[in-house]
Amino acid sequence: MQQYNWTTVCQLDDIAPNTGVCALFDEQQVAIFRVGRTEQVYAVDNFDPFGKANVLSRGLIGDCEGDIVVASPLYKQQFVLKNGACIEDESVKLKTFPIRAYRGEIQLGLAS
Amino acid sequence: MRQQKIIVVGNGMVGHKFIDNLIQHPDYAQYHILTFSEEPRLAYDRVKLSSYFSGSTVDDLMLTSEDYYDEHGVQFIVNDKVINIDKAAKQITTASGRVESYDKLVLATGSFPFVPPIPGKDNPHCLVYRTIEDLEAITASAQESKVGVVVGGGLLGLECANALHELKLEAHVVEFAPRLMAVQLDEGGGNVLSRKIQDLGVSVHCEKNTKEIVAGETLRYRMNFADGSHLETDMIVFSAGIRPQDELARQFDLTIGERGGIVIDDNCLTSDPDIYAVGECALWQNRIFGLVAPGYTMAKAAVSHLTGGDVLFQGADMSTKLKLLGVDVASIGDAHAQSPGALTYTYMNDVEGIYKRIVVNPEKTQLLGAVLIGDTEAYGNLLTMTLEKMALPEQPEVLILPALDGAESAALGVNALPDSAQICSCHDVSKGDLICAIQDGATDLGSLKSCSKAGTGCGGCTAMVGQVLNAELEKMGVEVNDNLCSHFAYSRQELFDIIRSKQIKTFDALLAEYGEGKGCMVCKPAVGSILATYWNEYVLSDDHIQLQDTNDIFLANMQRDGTYSVVPRIAAGEITPKQLIALGEIGEKYDLYTKITGGQRIDFFGAQLHELPPIWDELIAAGFETGHAYGKSLRTVKSCVGSTWCRFGMLDSVTMAVNLEMRYKGLRSPHKLKMGVSGCTRECAEAQGKDIGIIATDKGWNLYVCGNGGMKPRHADLFASDLDDATLIQYIDRILMFYCRTADRLQRTSVWMDNMEGGLAYLKSVIIDDKLEIGAELEKDMARVVDTYECEWKKTLNSPERLKRFAHFINSPATDDRLAYEADRGQSKARIATVAEEDMIATVSVD
Ligand SMILES: Cc1cc2nc3c(=O)[nH]c(=O)nc-3n(C[C@H](O)[C@H](O)[C@H](O)COP(=O)(O)OP(=O)(O)OC[C@H]3O[C@@H](n4cnc5c(N)ncnc54)[C@H](O)[C@@H]3O)c2cc1C
Ligand code: SF4
Ligand code: SF4
Repeated sequence: MQQYNWTTVCQLDDIAPNTGVCALFDEQQVAIFRVGRTEQVYAVDNFDPFGKANVLSRGLIGDCEGDIVVASPLYKQQFVLKNGACIEDESVKLKTFPIRAYRGEIQLGLAS
Repeated sequence: MRQQKIIVVGNGMVGHKFIDNLIQHPDYAQYHILTFSEEPRLAYDRVKLSSYFSGSTVDDLMLTSEDYYDEHGVQFIVNDKVINIDKAAKQITTASGRVESYDKLVLATGSFPFVPPIPGKDNPHCLVYRTIEDLEAITASAQESKVGVVVGGGLLGLECANALHELKLEAHVVEFAPRLMAVQLDEGGGNVLSRKIQDLGVSVHCEKNTKEIVAGETLRYRMNFADGSHLETDMIVFSAGIRPQDELARQFDLTIGERGGIVIDDNCLTSDPDIYAVGECALWQNRIFGLVAPGYTMAKAAVSHLTGGDVLFQGADMSTKLKLLGVDVASIGDAHAQSPGALTYTYMNDVEGIYKRIVVNPEKTQLLGAVLIGDTEAYGNLLTMTLEKMALPEQPEVLILPALDGAESAALGVNALPDSAQICSCHDVSKGDLICAIQDGATDLGSLKSCSKAGTGCGGCTAMVGQVLNAELEKMGVEVNDNLCSHFAYSRQELFDIIRSKQIKTFDALLAEYGEGKGCMVCKPAVGSILATYWNEYVLSDDHIQLQDTNDIFLANMQRDGTYSVVPRIAAGEITPKQLIALGEIGEKYDLYTKITGGQRIDFFGAQLHELPPIWDELIAAGFETGHAYGKSLRTVKSCVGSTWCRFGMLDSVTMAVNLEMRYKGLRSPHKLKMGVSGCTRECAEAQGKDIGIIATDKGWNLYVCGNGGMKPRHADLFASDLDDATLIQYIDRILMFYCRTADRLQRTSVWMDNMEGGLAYLKSVIIDDKLEIGAELEKDMARVVDTYECEWKKTLNSPERLKRFAHFINSPATDDRLAYEADRGQSKARIATVAEEDMIATVSVD
């Protein structure tokens, strides 16, 4: 199994249910989303490849045929959070990051 | 090829229609048109003439313009009357001495009001009702009068009585026949109508033959009647019928009917093969048609004959439906049951003042006519059944009996209509035309109306158009489904009703009980908006924050590079110099690109997320509050300076605009809302381009509704006139709350109204007559919104939890490194950095 070095970027409670935040991690902008009031969290690249701006963490969370997605706040393309796939354009995929909620902290992982 | 020269005598409704039809004809280049108008202006909408009393201007009434004629090479001369025709030389002469020759001549001279030869009829305050000048004379006379009498209780007479009533005169109608609207109504109908009209404060005197008009004892005139009684009044308007204007035809030997009218054939040709006659001056098979629709059909036939087509004029249906003094009245076909052996069914409801009667053939298989008073909903169906000679149901009376609770309405469905059935008589649109349009993609009522024109004339057929649409969609297998999205099997309106009746306060509770899944970018903001309209809770609370779209979630407008614009409220555009200085200082301090918006306020661009709270801190300290530029909510109330400064101002438009903006600020709605208030009809605030437009008159406020600018501009419709402040606000409260309740998501007021069955008239019945009996409730809901207003920015600045979100990174004070700024015309302009620039920009630190 893949081993990670985990770094805490914020507290779980810093993220209002069903919203996102952006973290600076490994010199990259990472959009982090929390589903409902749960510990279910996702991390994808914050850069919107259509709108060409660092804004995805500010998008709206919903579901599309069972997958949890975020809609770009600029032009509303939707991205599946678990794998970064774009619903509207198959050729586009966001980078995803290893993430976990651990003892109330949100941690991003780097492969060790 | 030499162009044929067409002279059109009279530029009234039908003359203009003839010209316009010819302009639209593919062979138009072969013709040159010259038209003369005896009136001082080009054609206007005589049918809507009475709306001049309730605030329409001459411009509103115009059917064409000099520009339009110029653009199409139509030559026109107003204020000049044609007085001579030389048929042999094919020449006409005008009162001003102008001589013109023609290839074809079209007489569209209309008609004139008949004034019975009563001694005293030429007194100064004895007037008629046909032109704008007549209306001006009536208005002037009304100012010096307290009591007004209309002679003639027909259609026009009652319309005129209504006008006098609105001019605040004590109004009377004097009718020679034993009942009102004797041409259209039977005795029962006439009686019900009289009673309803008397209830509204207009006195009706039937069976009165005016013998003479003499000086009055208490008022200006006294009318002495043949039966020895008399009536005193200050002014008299004659509306005792019309006579065809056939003077020219008489003098220059065209065939004339026994009782007047220029005789025409099915091609609208007169007895001279080069002269046509159309409209109210024409006599076809011994009949004059005193309505505009038949005139339009004549214009079509005449253009067709001229251009070698084969459209004929073959008579016209004279059925009518209208609202007189607030009373619905309709008459169809053989309303008097004069056909041999005709049988009738009558439904009479004295309590609500409803009278309905249908006339059927002796075999009871066909509908021949109908009279409807007080409830004309069945008009469209009954008219089509009469015209299309459709089979009657087993028990014809079901057509007029009210649908009792639980029972299906018995009216025949539109499916029973043949494709040839005419649905819209104003624009001659058949059921088949509508079906074609629907199949070509006009699948909602609004777009069907705009592409087919059906329902855009008098509006009487809108309900039928809606029924055809739904029936057709069903046939096409389109599931008529207005579910909000895959998460809720309800329309927005239904969700609003659920939230209201079940008192649901959060999205999660609604989803758990009435939806499925987690929601999406369609239903979340839509439900968020409903909750905000109804409960008006803080939109960034733990429960609601997840519902807020791009702009609402940070209470600012996201721009293309991810920065935000900031707009404080400047109610009605009124601002103190001191506040202006404060704004300048804040803009300068944060290096914001600054622009004045179309809504009379100031927009700062280029603020980064972390800058929003400190900027608002300073704005609030300077006395500003949020402008809701980010919300689907009230944006601005634009105003002109009004009577405070302007030489023309009738009322204080700024105070009204400030009051309205302060009242409705913060109201979340299905789409953004804009308002405008102008101090007079010069309309400097462009109020008629707004959802709610208000224009001051010398008698109060005129309220216009459902206009908008944007991609598809739409002029607002006049909703009510001469309102006082309290009534104005009451109506706006009701309209806005009704819109919030019933519109679809992201539906502007204009589309909302266009899609509403019954359109403007229905909206008026809900708001003014309180037909649904929800007026008080709507006002109460609005009062709650007004009472619970809170500046969202002030609240946010006091919530440390929420402020955490206003940083680009949750774990670092650094800011977005992709933003580059460049100077332009003395201001910074944020934009997305190119890759080359990015390499050069170091991460900018926060302070
Ligand atoms: C108050 C009112 C309400 C009405 N309401 C309705 C309604 O609800 N529904 C409906 O269907 N109909 C209604 N009508 C009737 C409708 O307006 C007429 O049917 C329609 O205007 C007829 O058009 P027209 O072109 O034949 O005549 P007009 O519109 O009267 O036009 C004739 C024009 O020719 C000009 N003219 C005449 N002689 C000469 C000459 N020798 N030289 C130059 N110019 C000349 C006249 O000045 C006039 O401008 C209403 C009419 C009035 C007055
Ligand atoms: S709308 Fe009338 S009152 Fe207002 S500024 Fe213009 S002219 Fe003056
Ligand atoms: S008109 Fe178009 S480009 Fe201009 S502000 Fe509006 S949406 Fe943006």
